Amino acid sequence: MARTDVQLMLDVKAGDEASFELLLHRYRTPLVNFLYRMVRNREQAEDLAQEVFLRVYRAREDYVPSAKFTTWLFRIATNLALNSVRDNRYHKLEVSIDAPVTADAEDGDERMLDVPEKTPNIEQHLVEDARKKMIRHAIEKLPEKQRAAVLLHKYQELDYAEIAKILSCSESALKSLLFRAYESLRVELAPLVAQQARNQG
Amino acid sequence: MSCERMESRILGYVDGRLKESEKQEVEKHLAACAPCRVRVEEFRAVSGLLDELPVIEPSPEFDARVRALVAAEPVKQSWWAWLHVSPRVAFAASMLLLATIWLGYYERPPQPALPWNNTQIADEQMMQDLPVLEDHDVLANFEPLKELPPPVQNDDTPDTQKEM
Repeated sequence: MARTDVQLMLDVKAGDEASFELLLHRYRTPLVNFLYRMVRNREQAEDLAQEVFLRVYRAREDYVPSAKFTTWLFRIATNLALNSVRDNRYHKLEVSIDAPVTADAEDGDERMLDVPEKTPNIEQHLVEDARKKMIRHAIEKLPEKQRAAVLLHKYQELDYAEIAKILSCSESALKSLLFRAYESLRVELAPLVAQQARNQG
Repeated sequence: MSCERMESRILGYVDGRLKESEKQEVEKHLAACAPCRVRVEEFRAVSGLLDELPVIEPSPEFDARVRALVAAEPVKQSWWAWLHVSPRVAFAASMLLLATIWLGYYERPPQPALPWNNTQIADEQMMQDLPVLEDHDVLANFEPLKELPPPVQNDDTPDTQKEM
């Protein structure tokens, strides 16, 4: 039977390095994806995810299983991501005046991952690509806290109580945050939403 | 239920996270409210669109980088950690400490009776020393005293010292 996250962390605390490896293996992909969708830069997302694991390791001796492990883990990740987004915003303000207009490197990066080597229908692929880009940009346009709430709710499938703890707010405030985020996404993605609603109906 | 109250439940309804009683309450409202029905459909569509984003995999070097960061962490050793590292050394050191304390306690030489603890002995000692103290020549010609710097001269200095 697989050990729980808390049991693994307690084993790490007791000096078992192999348990840390298991936690790394279990959470590296969810963390990198969460951070990538928060900061929109793959390299930076990986750096931040590494920092999350390092902080978990550093805190092992003081670890007390008072909350779910994922709550603690994503709280560290969210705080790092929010700080990074704020730092990036100031950095972008500084460099944007003289910066030449270039293609979004991150879109290109992700496109490379999505495109199969032999695409049967290029036109169809371009349509799908534009659709994904639109969705990504709609998420990116959300205020940081709303974005974090949506990502934790939708992709990590954490419950409301956990997300509220991660974002340091009440559950009712979280529900309001999520409602406003979905409202913004609904408006931003209106053409796709109408199409999707027709398909679902 | 009002449309405003739906705001806190609509997403839970779309995701199937509501309790049965809450779900029934929402469905009752939806049956009578067309705008909320549309909103539910649109939120469901948004949720479906979010599912379309691909999952990325960490780079192949990711794990190695984390391991390197962890390996570079300084090893925290508590003051007592050496006990775990070498129990034999710790045992030997403890035995040595105990032996030192034991020897120190039992091998202590008997303390001589101090003269000032006994009035009679103290008086006798004083009477024995009295001739020496009174022997002015002994004191005046005491060799070590001659090497000392001369005392400061003042009016209260006894004549004997002035002659020296």
